[in-house]
Amino acid sequence: MIKAVLVINGMGKPRLSKFYEFQEDDHAMQPPEKQQELIRSVYGVLCSRPENVSNFIQSNPLFGLDSRLVYRTFASLYFVFIFDSSENELAMLDLMQAFVETLDKCFSNVCELDLVFNFSKVHAILDEIILGGQVLETSSAEIVKAVDEISRLEKASNAMTLVPKSIATWPSR
Amino acid sequence: MATTASSFMDSLFQRTLDDLIKGLRHNLIGEQLFISKSLEDIRKEIKSTDLQTKSIALEKLTYLSSIHGIDMSWAAFHAVEIMSSSRFSHKKIGYLAASLSFNESTEVLLLITNQLRKDLSSTNEFEVNLALECLSVIATIDLARDLTPELFTLLSSSKVYVRKKAIAVIFKVFEKYQDSVGVCFKRLVENLEGSDGKSMSAAVGVFCELAAKDPRAYLPLAPEFYRILVDCRNNWVLIKVLKIFASLAPLEPRLAKRIVEPICELMRKTGAKSLLFECIRTVVTSLGEYESAVRLAVSKTREFLSDDDSNLKYLGLQALTIMGPKHLWAILENKEVVIKSLSDTDSNVKLAALRLVMTMVSEDNVIEICRVLLNYSLKSDPEFCNEILSSILFTCSRNFYEIIVDFDWYVSLLGEMSRIPNCQKGEEIESQLIDICLRVEDARPELVRVGRDLVIDPALLGNPFLHGILSAAAWVSGEYVEFAKSPFELLEALLQPRTNLLPSSVRSVYIQSSFKVLVFCLHSYLLNNEAHIPSSSPEKLASGVPDTVLGDGFLEASVITAPKSIVESEHDADFSPGASNHGVSVENDGEDVIHGQTSLSVPLEKDYFTRESIIKLLDMSEMALGPLLESHEVEIQERSRNVIGLIELIKQEITGPLVKKETDDMRDEFKALNMIRLICDGFSEELGPVPVTAQERVPVPEGLTLVENLCDLDTIFADMNLLTQSSLILGTLNLGETTGGSLSDLQTKDDLEPATESTSLLSEHRKRHGLYYLPSEKSNSLYNAYPPANDSLLQQNENDHVDDLVKLTEQSLVPKKKPSHAKPRPVVVKLDEGDVPITSRKLESEENLLSGAVRDALLGNEDKSTSAKVPCGKSSSKRIEKGKQSVDVPSESNDNAADKGKADVGKGSSRRSKGRGKERKHKSGVKGGTQREGNGQRENLKSSRTSKHKTHHGAVDSVNVIPQTPVIPDFLL
Repeated sequence: MIKAVLVINGMGKPRLSKFYEFQEDDHAMQPPEKQQELIRSVYGVLCSRPENVSNFIQSNPLFGLDSRLVYRTFASLYFVFIFDSSENELAMLDLMQAFVETLDKCFSNVCELDLVFNFSKVHAILDEIILGGQVLETSSAEIVKAVDEISRLEKASNAMTLVPKSIATWPSR
Repeated sequence: MATTASSFMDSLFQRTLDDLIKGLRHNLIGEQLFISKSLEDIRKEIKSTDLQTKSIALEKLTYLSSIHGIDMSWAAFHAVEIMSSSRFSHKKIGYLAASLSFNESTEVLLLITNQLRKDLSSTNEFEVNLALECLSVIATIDLARDLTPELFTLLSSSKVYVRKKAIAVIFKVFEKYQDSVGVCFKRLVENLEGSDGKSMSAAVGVFCELAAKDPRAYLPLAPEFYRILVDCRNNWVLIKVLKIFASLAPLEPRLAKRIVEPICELMRKTGAKSLLFECIRTVVTSLGEYESAVRLAVSKTREFLSDDDSNLKYLGLQALTIMGPKHLWAILENKEVVIKSLSDTDSNVKLAALRLVMTMVSEDNVIEICRVLLNYSLKSDPEFCNEILSSILFTCSRNFYEIIVDFDWYVSLLGEMSRIPNCQKGEEIESQLIDICLRVEDARPELVRVGRDLVIDPALLGNPFLHGILSAAAWVSGEYVEFAKSPFELLEALLQPRTNLLPSSVRSVYIQSSFKVLVFCLHSYLLNNEAHIPSSSPEKLASGVPDTVLGDGFLEASVITAPKSIVESEHDADFSPGASNHGVSVENDGEDVIHGQTSLSVPLEKDYFTRESIIKLLDMSEMALGPLLESHEVEIQERSRNVIGLIELIKQEITGPLVKKETDDMRDEFKALNMIRLICDGFSEELGPVPVTAQERVPVPEGLTLVENLCDLDTIFADMNLLTQSSLILGTLNLGETTGGSLSDLQTKDDLEPATESTSLLSEHRKRHGLYYLPSEKSNSLYNAYPPANDSLLQQNENDHVDDLVKLTEQSLVPKKKPSHAKPRPVVVKLDEGDVPITSRKLESEENLLSGAVRDALLGNEDKSTSAKVPCGKSSSKRIEKGKQSVDVPSESNDNAADKGKADVGKGSSRRSKGRGKERKHKSGVKGGTQREGNGQRENLKSSRTSKHKTHHGAVDSVNVIPQTPVIPDFLL
């Protein structure tokens, strides 16, 4: 299964972080500080890698035995997948590609800023692709469809609120 | 309505998440300040009664938590509140917050069961989606149990969108709550068989996870997987199915036979590298017996290796690594690429290549390969250099230096490694130097030579990574100084001023070694003189000596310092081989010694210790160690005091006679010799390896309250105790007892202590018990593996006292004849399995429980399909029959059915022993009889499950008796 998905920019700032697995040792989801620390150390390894080398990193010291790390750079961003032996390394690279393609479709010509300002939408996209560490959807068309539907629902429920809210609050004074 | 008003004002001026992000981007420098200010706002806003305000506050907080690592556990309840909003946008924010921040210890989890249940049953698939996503992250045992019915419903939802997500979540639920397997497993399998690709893909993914943990339980599903393997065209699914087969195939040879062809077909046809690699991996891990498949896999691997893409190259090398042990030819065929990859720019590729190179190492080529690698290491970056070194060290030391024939070569290789500028493997080299020294007697002369070269080089002292090695070198050259070419030179090296760069632990080793060297020199010197006049009678000597002293004066005085020949002739034999050689050579060159003495202004030759050189030696040591008498380090101070004490004593006696020149000095000389001889004897005692358990077999002498003292130590040195347990204990002769009063107390005990790092309390303990430890940092699993070399002796003399025992064991080791160097490979002391700690017991994990549940579910499944409804909990004979059939399929068909069966039983019992600890440790050696007994015990704890397992056991037993019963008619297809 996939253990974590990270997107980190060239400066080491996380743009997306999602952890799917409880840590083995304490059986607790990684507390935020621990997650930040992991992100920092992953970034430390990533930025020391020269260009045009393989995309795999020994991640055992960071994520425990049987963990593998695959990364890829897209523009200024590092996309990082951490997973175990139940996943195929090359397939993970493909999945990353699918993820980025989907982002591209959702934000038309995606750039780092899109990820920055669309925190919850990016999560929604990722949740369509991976759930509980399992890859569920790889077709970007399907993903876009679902995400659009979710956005529509969101908007609809918000649109309802805007008017009633102002009306509802005024009289109560 | 003040609150409403304020909340309205809040919401009117509330920053949205976008505002917050913009603010963050504008406040790059004062980011922390900005965040803490925003947090203040959020804390206020989140208490608002207006859900809109509240949810925006939560969204901002979630963002800060996820991206900036801000703690948001305090807002858990607010998240729950927002999750329960009827508005989708709020709900989404609430669920996102929950899935990003909740964990098993979040208390409000207890409150969300109903909310989750409601949303899981929602007609809006996206609301269900939110709940499923959240559940996949936060599933606890309680949630898994309480929500199983909802998931059961969702597993056959008509909406694929929901169904596939429910399938992914069910894996988490299985993990947490095994009983859900009984409810949901069948539906999961149905999804596997269903026509919908997405659900099938998700189900295969789940089975891949499950099978990775305990494949055996899923063997009955093999036909399903096979169908997917043959029919499916989706690479994602194929990869997962291949992974499942990779874990199933080793359990069932017929299955392996069945899947080889389809996999090869895939390998030939597919254009997807990911799938191709998975095929290769499956073949090399699980289908290694199928030569043609392996050949195909190797040829495909070669394509990977020659690819420009370093990812493929790396994976190709990895595939070769997996093949390594079984198909060495595959590596050898690609040898060239592998060696070339050592100088690749990619560190992953380099590492993989290095690992491959090491698998090629054998007895015949180890020298050659190490030479090549060492050259590489000189050229490469520090990190890779150390990788190379550690893999050489690891490979060569594996299994008691199995592949090393020429230890002289290996020892000098170790020396060479130490000098590599980037070498950081000091600890490992240190322990191997000492380990070889103890294990391989023949390697000692070379070790001493290498040690001397290391110790003598002042440049090495400045490198902290080498201090460990230097400590080993110093110890070796002190302990086996008789092999040294020039002890004088050695002493000089050990006392050189730059040793002040060493840490105190190493420095004390240096001092102790110098003590040994000094004693050796004195002993040789005194012995030399004695040997020189072996036949002269005491009378003649007594009359002759004064003349010579007066006549020849200072320079030749050494000649006459010879003591009376009271030393028994056996003395030479007692002494180390080097010394006896020395004695012989002195006799031969006797004349030269006497007459050539004046010309020996710098007498460094080993065989010629003149009085002058000895005095020089003493002066030098005194000068070097004098300042250390005031050292703050207890060890250093104590040891240097010992040396200085000895020097003062000896000096008096050696230089004294010049002034006194009466027969008194004869007696003094004699005293000196006697003392030196005793010390020397102490040092020349072989440090015999004693197994850690030996101490237990030694009877405790009367009046010794061992327990009490050790308890004290326990509290004081809690951590150190741990170390000593695993380290080798070296016993040596307690000289204080045997030599009686002839030695001054000052010197006996402390001086004999081997040079080790220790603290005063620990050494106190050692003194008391006459036990010595190697430094704890040298503790190494190898040390546990020492032979009970002295076992027989120990047992014979059980009634004796500790000291006598130790002495006896010592003696059994000392009179070793010099082994002939013609031997092809020197003896490496090692031991049989006896003392090796038992391998850690198999963990009884939830997976086992889980697969037990799965097995039940599967059996239940088949029951329903074959026999008409059997009431749950009752075990009809039919049911048992069926259970037997599908469970013993794997084990009985194996070639070594018995072994497999046993393993299976072990597994089975551990699986079932939840809360029944007594049965947990079924050793594999246990035979059928005890197994049946176990069954009997289990019977009274019956439940539908145990009864089924019992049948399973029965099946295994019968397997042991009747090896081949064709029970599986249509196992596949």
